[in-house]
Amino acid sequence: MTATLDAAVEPARLSDEDLSLMLTIRAFEDKLLELFGRGLLNGTTHTCLGQEYVPVALEPLLDPADHVFSNHRGHGHYLARFRDPEGLLAEIMGREGAVCGGVGGSQHIRRDRYLSTGVQGESLPVAAGVALHLKRAEPGRLACVYIGDGTFGEGAVYEALNIASLWRLPLLVVVEHNGIAQSTPTEAHLAGTIAGRAAAFGVGHLLVEGADVPRIRRALAPVVARARAGEPQIAEFRTHRLGPHSKGDDTRPPRPARDDWLARYAAAHPDQVERLERAARAAVEAVAADVAARPPTRWERP
Amino acid sequence: MRVAENLNAALHGLLAGLPDLYVLGEDILDPYGGAFKITRGLSTRFPDRVLSTPISENAITGVAAGLALSGDAAIVEIMFGDFAALAFDQLLNFAAKSVSMYGFRVPMRMVVRCPVGGGRGYGPTHSQSPHKHFVGIPDLALYEMSPFHDCLAVFEEMLARAEPCVFFEDKVLYTRPMHAVEPPFSVSVSDGVARVSLEDSPDCVIVAGGGVAHRVMAAMRSLLLEEEIVCTLLVPSRLYPFEADVPAAPYVFVVEEGTAGGTWGAEVAHVVHSRLWPRLARPVGLVHSAASIIPAAPHLEREVLVSEAAIHRAIREAVRG
Repeated sequence: MTATLDAAVEPARLSDEDLSLMLTIRAFEDKLLELFGRGLLNGTTHTCLGQEYVPVALEPLLDPADHVFSNHRGHGHYLARFRDPEGLLAEIMGREGAVCGGVGGSQHIRRDRYLSTGVQGESLPVAAGVALHLKRAEPGRLACVYIGDGTFGEGAVYEALNIASLWRLPLLVVVEHNGIAQSTPTEAHLAGTIAGRAAAFGVGHLLVEGADVPRIRRALAPVVARARAGEPQIAEFRTHRLGPHSKGDDTRPPRPARDDWLARYAAAHPDQVERLERAARAAVEAVAADVAARPPTRWERP
Repeated sequence: MRVAENLNAALHGLLAGLPDLYVLGEDILDPYGGAFKITRGLSTRFPDRVLSTPISENAITGVAAGLALSGDAAIVEIMFGDFAALAFDQLLNFAAKSVSMYGFRVPMRMVVRCPVGGGRGYGPTHSQSPHKHFVGIPDLALYEMSPFHDCLAVFEEMLARAEPCVFFEDKVLYTRPMHAVEPPFSVSVSDGVARVSLEDSPDCVIVAGGGVAHRVMAAMRSLLLEEEIVCTLLVPSRLYPFEADVPAAPYVFVVEEGTAGGTWGAEVAHVVHSRLWPRLARPVGLVHSAASIIPAAPHLEREVLVSEAAIHRAIREAVRG
């Protein structure tokens, strides 16, 4: 039931569009950490540095009518779906133009069929309910849920996988297995394997290694099709969280450059990266200047 | 008609009238029809929308929230209300929060049914009245089944709120008749509040959920006959947010089966104090079960749970001194 996509040795050239999106997410997250450092952001945030390619790889495989459930580390998921750094930054900064009026903040965002929640594992049963609705009312659509390796500590995950498998719900679980749950390494929080847990519920499992986006898409396409047909699937990305859990709270030793898909890709395709990275950073810079100058949101409790 | 039949008929009526309504719960399919037989006949008539689930209260409640988020409506049966603790995250942090945490109002038509209460010897984890744990959550409304409120109308009201609701059902009510009040008392219902009263203006007003209504009415009867104390009972269908027009009386009591400490009654008392303090003879009195777990053996259970005698005693002492 488990298939494996091994890491590619040489990263294949990406389209400008894909690379731009990945670099925009990178620039956005870097900007957030910088704004925090300067005391310009409130509360907390969780950046997806190093994991940008995951939602970008998935994006063309999902339909706008599919539901996406994101988690606390969701900026990349949102940006890949909507390409809207203004709305997201305004939400995080509580400024006019915020997607959710500044009420939800970084980890509680709802737009169209996209929704994020801040409690680990909580979205899986909800996604199963949405998938039940889709199965009856809109066959062919699916509910896609992003979780992390740490989320497998939550019982809600297993209750939902059990129901999704029993009821043959169109559910795709994307695991961003980045090897670290806040500060706890996977070896200290996860017994057995995610593949073993999928097998226990009769749920399909694909292990995705490497960051070769076109190759990942080819491997994922049949998995997504099976999920649409009512065979729940887990796509487990072995990835790397390059940054801290939130901000300035990384207790790990410095990570090698090979952990960063961008460093590997830039070594193979330096000109394309340089050209698009400059543009992405300039665009995010302009968004940040614009949003920071906006007035605060106003909320009338509904 | 017994209360259980009224509730069962309400669920039949709702499923017949609302093609997008689901009923979910453990062991709710025919021929079993639920641990308390409240869902009897539903799965035979509506097999696609009455779904028996694994023993997963958290997930069932999350699935209901997912259906509600998709525009459907959902009613969840938690077999024993005590187990709603397992669904607390979905209720507190997702279903209720979703109504307003995304900046704009998200309609969430879902009701979590919780059979509650003791008196049946089920012991500490199957006998609680957990209402107080759910009081004060924004966008989560609490209702209680009563012999004076037609369940169909109450469920229609809960779904029309378009926010998650918890519906507490005291198990001892299931076998009681609907609308029965012994003379000289009579009952009327307006604005969701049932009022059991005499024609005389009352010395004492008692606010109580439907589950303890019979114990309160028995105490009202003995207080009238033995002490000539005239009481009026108010039974609100919606417990929280609490709203009721409390008639002018020097004494007000709140009676509930929940155990002492952080009670629903304390919330009601606060509301009553804010509005009526100048005309009260003394602070609102709270009558509830002891600060204790609920034992299984009948003689021990009786010592803990709120009783007709305790209600009588509390009111007599307050009014007669």
